Amino acid sequence: MATTALDHAPAHHAEKTGLWSWITTVDHKRIGILYGATAFAFFLIGGIEALLIRIQLAQPDQKFVSPETYNQLFTMHGTTMIFLAVMPLSAMFFNYLIPLMIGARDVAFPRLNAMSYWVFLFGGLVLNSSWLFHSAPDSGWFGYANLTEKQYSPGANVDFWIVGLQILGIASLAAAVNFFVTIVQLRAKGMRLMRMPIFVWMSFITQVLLLLAFPVITVALVMLLMDRQFGTHFFIPAGGGDPILWQHLFWVFGHPEVYILILPAFGVVSEVLPVFSRKPLFGYAAMVFSGCFIAFLGFGVWSHHMFATGMGPFADTFFSLVTMLIAVPTGVKIFNWIGTIWGGQLHFKTPMLFALAFVAMFIIGGLSGVMHASPPADLQQTDTYFVVAHFHYVMFGGSIFALTAGAYYWYPKMFGKMLDEGLGKLHFWLMLIGFNVTFFPMHFVGLNGMPRRVYTYPAELNFGFWNLIETFGAFTLGLSFLVFIVNVYKTWRSDAKAPADPWNGATLEWAIPSPPPEFNFAELPVVVGRDPLWELKRQRGGMLPEPPFHSGQGIHMPSPSYWPIVTALGIAVFFCGFLVGFPYVNIAGVLLTFLGIYSWAFEPA
Amino acid sequence: MFLRPAIRRYARVWAPVALLLVLVLVGCAKDYPQTTLAPKGDFARLVDHIFMTTVWWALGVFILVEGALVYAIVKFRHKPGAAEPAQTHGNTTLEIVWTIIPAAILALIAVPTVRAIFRTAQEPGAEALQVEVIGHQWWWEFRYPDLKIVTAGDLHVPMGQTVNLRMTTADVVHSFWIPQFAGKRDVFPRRFNNIWFKADTTGVFSGQCAEFCGVEHGRMAFRVVSDSPEEFAAWTASQQSGSPMINGGNMTDSAIAIAIKAANHDTSAAVDSVLARGKAVFLAGGCIGCHAMEGTPMAGMMQLVGPNLSHVGSRHTIAAGTLPMTDENLAAWLHNPDSVKPGVLMKLPRPLTDDEVSALVAYLKLHK
Repeated sequence: MATTALDHAPAHHAEKTGLWSWITTVDHKRIGILYGATAFAFFLIGGIEALLIRIQLAQPDQKFVSPETYNQLFTMHGTTMIFLAVMPLSAMFFNYLIPLMIGARDVAFPRLNAMSYWVFLFGGLVLNSSWLFHSAPDSGWFGYANLTEKQYSPGANVDFWIVGLQILGIASLAAAVNFFVTIVQLRAKGMRLMRMPIFVWMSFITQVLLLLAFPVITVALVMLLMDRQFGTHFFIPAGGGDPILWQHLFWVFGHPEVYILILPAFGVVSEVLPVFSRKPLFGYAAMVFSGCFIAFLGFGVWSHHMFATGMGPFADTFFSLVTMLIAVPTGVKIFNWIGTIWGGQLHFKTPMLFALAFVAMFIIGGLSGVMHASPPADLQQTDTYFVVAHFHYVMFGGSIFALTAGAYYWYPKMFGKMLDEGLGKLHFWLMLIGFNVTFFPMHFVGLNGMPRRVYTYPAELNFGFWNLIETFGAFTLGLSFLVFIVNVYKTWRSDAKAPADPWNGATLEWAIPSPPPEFNFAELPVVVGRDPLWELKRQRGGMLPEPPFHSGQGIHMPSPSYWPIVTALGIAVFFCGFLVGFPYVNIAGVLLTFLGIYSWAFEPA
Repeated sequence: MFLRPAIRRYARVWAPVALLLVLVLVGCAKDYPQTTLAPKGDFARLVDHIFMTTVWWALGVFILVEGALVYAIVKFRHKPGAAEPAQTHGNTTLEIVWTIIPAAILALIAVPTVRAIFRTAQEPGAEALQVEVIGHQWWWEFRYPDLKIVTAGDLHVPMGQTVNLRMTTADVVHSFWIPQFAGKRDVFPRRFNNIWFKADTTGVFSGQCAEFCGVEHGRMAFRVVSDSPEEFAAWTASQQSGSPMINGGNMTDSAIAIAIKAANHDTSAAVDSVLARGKAVFLAGGCIGCHAMEGTPMAGMMQLVGPNLSHVGSRHTIAAGTLPMTDENLAAWLHNPDSVKPGVLMKLPRPLTDDEVSALVAYLKLHK
């Protein structure tokens, strides 16, 4: 009997290739790559939408796109960048890295993980398919009622938005449950909570935020859908509803969402800075607790998006003070990052450059944030380009810079090849300059009276000069990502292999081959402190030898399955029923979902 | 100690940069008609004061923190052959200090902020001029209940008197933004919000809708016309003619003709023929389906879809700030509103002929 087992084992772990192997994969690393590739594609789509916006605004009174198209572009740009680019790019790192960093062989629920990805993909496709029907969402990523009610938005545009976000919400919630359980249950022996890599900590907090925030938007979207399709009046004043209720529900989700977008970025930077400073993270405990504190306070500041609604002085005061309070733990993080590089030996490799730029840009975004935490000042700044500047400094200068740092840092681990340093630095400088040229002038343009979400502006308001500069900046940004694509392509073609530990890393993923085998760790690691790999290298007095090849014989891994994609398809079909207005489609979707879940449950592991 | 010369060195570099930033911030404001940085009223000054307080603190923090970052990047760059750096894990004292200092700075911003919140929330007294602001897709209506005036597009206010705006919307959520005099206030259906200000200078200023409200959100501007008390009294008198709030808008044609001749300083008989021809087109072209107009059967209506046009000739712009009020622009607008403002709710029942358009232009321009 033993011989049979041996005969089967190598076949089980042989390199799997082909489309079918990707469709049925339940390997967290492959799913991570799928997330990354899909999210990057959506990031490019969102970027092209941004460039079209910038062309339209380059000069006053332009007619490059119609007002209707412009409104679709800015709505889809925001929705895409938040839900289809930054969140899934973070999900790529969660998927790929969390099991590696905590010394696990996979996530807690590998098939649920695959389902999350497919649901995300279908959600993104449904949302973007609206372009084909000339019905792209056109009411902003915030979808304020009562503009989004049937009376004022009779087309399918808003329905596409609701349905797309509902599908994406299921993907996020399923993934959040998965990573939460993974981090709680599957840590290596000896990895106590306060020994977890800081990226895992920030990811953990993000999952908690997702679990608490997404149900709120789900409920709000259900209410809006019922208003539009089943005659309820949740947000219709004539029927006793209230559009302000929508704003509260949206921002109770929307503000934690901001931290869902930035906390993983904090985690990435907190991993990159120590490695390239050759010094451990400064104030690990303060970093952990400030992250928790930010997340906690993040649920008590939503109405700072609504100071102009006239909530009265007491509500204004509360939300203003809590918002200012968030600056304290955020400041602690920034000081700790500077403390990390202070006294170190800084190696300016591409990931480090992006991480340092992240700190520099995030400071600016944080300071402008404090400015509109003051309600009277916010009465001038809200809904102007000043706010556009602010959140691009935290979302692009913050999240995207950090995620790019992460991409350069972990690329060799994921693909076994090093990205080119020269092209990486070119990418960095183009992006840093392009970013600032695009977004810094927006502070002034906003303060000087340019509101957001306008498809054009009259010449006499004199916004033309800076808008033109911003458009040049935006194209420089676009160019920087072309350089990145060239870099990836060039690396793809080259034969040079990356070592297991190219950066002198501190965390467990650098102890295993690049790219890691399906089972990750031939032997599950035991952890005795933070920065386990540095500890080991210090004991050995130098870099570790390349890890030996292991066939994976005798290691049980979950088998591939196509039921996750079937289940995901069922979920997508169910929601699409609301688009076609034909209840049999909903029913078919439910049946398909149940078939998928039933078959998946009784499938042998 | 060793920090001090470094700080001094960076202060020398950053201080001029900071000064330049502030100069750009304040200096350029003049060239921007819709700027928030050159307040012309008490409310806006209050806001500006809070904003500038935070700007100075933010600049100070910016210089120190970015300076420290840049200093560390330059100072601690890797030198070949250097020993492994000291493996510090933290410094409790330092960490407590840099938690307390930002908290203290925030407290210094918070105190004037809270004071300003309560100051701006105060309701103005009875001496304030009451104006009702009503948002529509995509134009602004202004009603003066005490003065019995209904108008749109231009908000006339008397300089030196507090104006209390009571605001709502006829359709979706909008936000009324008057950058030079106050700030923004969102307007909600079946609810009233308010904001107040006292203009301390005369002139024409621009503002616009700041909450996304549909396809033509970008073209939902208005003008604030701050008049001297005398100008305001004259304006009030002229606008009251034919107002739906006075005698249900009922006014004889001859009384209207007299008022229009006075407003245009033109007593010739040509005025009468323009009025007669224009009114005929106004009725035949379907304009009265959406617009109240003195001398027509709809003069007394206050819930129509379009703005009241009884004194349209006195307004600065056409189609909520889209075009300046000139004969050519008015003609272009009447020929095809959708080409001027794509998606606008103004739909002509049938295209107007060139003759009809020129008759209407002359007619509307007379209604000052």
